[in-house]
Amino acid sequence: MNERKPLLEVKNIVKRFGGLVALNRVSMEVYPGEVVGLLGDNGAGKSTLIKIVSGVYRADEGEIFFDGKEVKITSPMEALKLGIETIYQDLALAENLNVYSNIFLGREKLKKALGLIPVLDHDYMLQESHKVLNRLGIEIPSLKNKIKNLSGGQRQSVAISRSIYWNARLLIMDEPTAALGVAEQRKVLNLVRTLSEQGVSIIIISHQLYDVFQVAHRLVVLRRGEKVGERLTRETNPDEIVSLMVGAELVQEARGRE
Amino acid sequence: MVLSEKGRERLYLLGKSWIFLFLLGEAVIFSFIGTGFFSAKNFQNILVASTTILLLAAGETFVIITGGIDLSVGFVMGLFCVISAKIIVSLQALGFSPVVSLVVSIAGTLLLGLLPGLLNGVLVAKLRVPPFIATFGMYGIAYGLSEILCNNVPIAGLPSLVGFIGNGYLLYYLPGRGFTWFAPPEGLGRGEVRALLALFPNVFLFAILVVLIFAFILSRTQFGQHVYAIGGNIDAARRAGIPVERDLIRVYMISSFFAALSGVMYTLRFVTGRADAGSARMLDSVVAVVIGGASLYGGTGNMIGSIIGTLVIGVLETGMVNLGLPTYNKYVYVGVILVLAVLIDQFFPEMVRKGE
Repeated sequence: MNERKPLLEVKNIVKRFGGLVALNRVSMEVYPGEVVGLLGDNGAGKSTLIKIVSGVYRADEGEIFFDGKEVKITSPMEALKLGIETIYQDLALAENLNVYSNIFLGREKLKKALGLIPVLDHDYMLQESHKVLNRLGIEIPSLKNKIKNLSGGQRQSVAISRSIYWNARLLIMDEPTAALGVAEQRKVLNLVRTLSEQGVSIIIISHQLYDVFQVAHRLVVLRRGEKVGERLTRETNPDEIVSLMVGAELVQEARGRE
Repeated sequence: MVLSEKGRERLYLLGKSWIFLFLLGEAVIFSFIGTGFFSAKNFQNILVASTTILLLAAGETFVIITGGIDLSVGFVMGLFCVISAKIIVSLQALGFSPVVSLVVSIAGTLLLGLLPGLLNGVLVAKLRVPPFIATFGMYGIAYGLSEILCNNVPIAGLPSLVGFIGNGYLLYYLPGRGFTWFAPPEGLGRGEVRALLALFPNVFLFAILVVLIFAFILSRTQFGQHVYAIGGNIDAARRAGIPVERDLIRVYMISSFFAALSGVMYTLRFVTGRADAGSARMLDSVVAVVIGGASLYGGTGNMIGSIIGTLVIGVLETGMVNLGLPTYNKYVYVGVILVLAVLIDQFFPEMVRKGE
C-alpha cells in the first residue's frame, strides 16, 4: 500500500484554542481505498482533526495535501468540492423529507415545467437514488419514505449514499455505529467494506474498538492532542491500542490493582 | 401509543381528514339551523369574508413550515391598509385620476409591504432573534406607525372606483338578459336587481389566484423544498449548502407581502383605511395553518391544508353572523381549536404526521 500515493496527507497540524493546544504537530495520511481508524480517549483531538480536514476549523500551523497537491480547506464547501464528505453522528438528514430528497438535499435536480418554470424533477432524483443504493447494496423499502420512518441503520445508509452519490473520495465517519443495534452495526460495517473495495478512502472515528478492528486497515491513536501511535490493524491487538489511548502507565497501574 | 399497523393506518386517515369532515359538518349544521345559509350568494360571502384570513394564512404557512411564526401579520396588514388608502387620497388631492391613484397605490403598497418582512427576516436569520420576539416587536411597530399615519382616525374620502372593484364580481347573470363582465347590466328595475346573480367576487378571485401561485412555489420549486428542509433540520440544511439565511429572509418577506396584499384588499372592500383592519386576524391565520396540518415545530404543512383551515374559520364566522350571534363568540371556538390541534400534534403525532 505504501508504494501508492496517499489521497490525503496532513503534516504537522497544530491547533490551539486559547491557551489549550488541541493538536500538537499531528501528521497522518490516508491511501486510496484505505480505511483508517482514528482512535483516542475523549478530548484526545480526534474531532478537532477531522473538523480541520472537513473545513470546519482552520489549522494554526501545518499543511494538508489532497491528491498530491497542497490545499487550503477554508470552509466545509471547499472540502465538499475536493470530495471530502463528513458524516457526523447526527447524520444531517431532514427527517421530514423522504429518502431521495435527502440524497439531493441542497442540490436538487430541476426540470422546466411548461418549458420555462424550474420545478423539482422527482422522477430523476428517485431513479438516481435507486442507482446509488443498488450500487452499495442498500435495501430501503421505499425511497419515498420519510427519514423519520427509517431505522438508525437505514438513516446511516442514506447519509452515506448521499456522500457517495456526490462523488466522495474521502469519507469521514464520526461514530457511525454508536446509535445502532447489533444487526444494523454489521450492515454499516459491511457498507464500509463495500465502499473501500470501490476505492473510497475512509476515516472512522469510533469508541467501539471491536468495530474499528473489523474494518480498518490501519489505526492512528491520539492522546492529549498528540499522535502516540500508528499500527497496521493486523499487527496489533485491542490491548495494545487501549494502552496507547490511555497511556501505558495507566494500564499497568490498573493491572497492578487487579 | 401502541397500535397495530391497521389501527395506526385508520388513525392516520382520520387525522388527515378530520378537518375536512369538520368543515363539511359545519356547513351542513349551519345550512339546517340558519336561514338562507345554503345559497350561492351566502357561500360567496363566506369566501369574501375569508379573504383576509386566506391571505394572512398563506404567508404564515411558509413561516410556520420553517419552524417560525409571524405574529406581526395582523398589524402589518392594518399598516398597509392605511398606507394604501393614504396614497390614493394623497394622489387624488394632487389631481391624479382615480385609476392612476389606485394603480400606483396598489403597486407602491405591495412593494413597501416587503419591508417589514425584510426586517423580520434579517432579525431572525442573521441576528438569530427568536421569530416570536422579532415579529412581536414588528407587531407593536406596525400598529403604532399605522395609528400615527392616520391620526387615529380611519382614512375616508376614497373614490367610488375603489368600492366598485372591491365589492364587484367578475360575472353578472340576469335571467333573460344573459351575462355581463365586471358590472351588472345598466338600467335595472327593482325586481331585476333582486334576480341578478353575481358570480366570482373580484377580491376573492384575485386572492386565491395569488395563493395558488405560492402554493405552486411551495410544493414544486427548489425554494419550496428548502423551506421544508429548513423546518425539518436547519443544521442539515445549512451543511447541505442551502442558503438558509437568504431563504428565511424571503419567507418572512412573503409573509409580510401577503399581509400588505390583505391590507389592500381590505381597503378595496371597505373603502377606508383602518389601522385595526387585521388586528385580531393573526390568531385566525395561525389557527388556519395549524388546523390545516402544519406543526408549530416546523417541517410540515401545506397550502391546501391552510385553505381548508381558512374555510373552517370562515364558515364558523359567517354561520354565527347568520344565526345572529355576536362574532366574538368565534374567538372562543378558534382559540379552543388551536390548542386542541397543537395537543393532537404533540401527543398523537401519528395522527397528523405519518409517511405522507
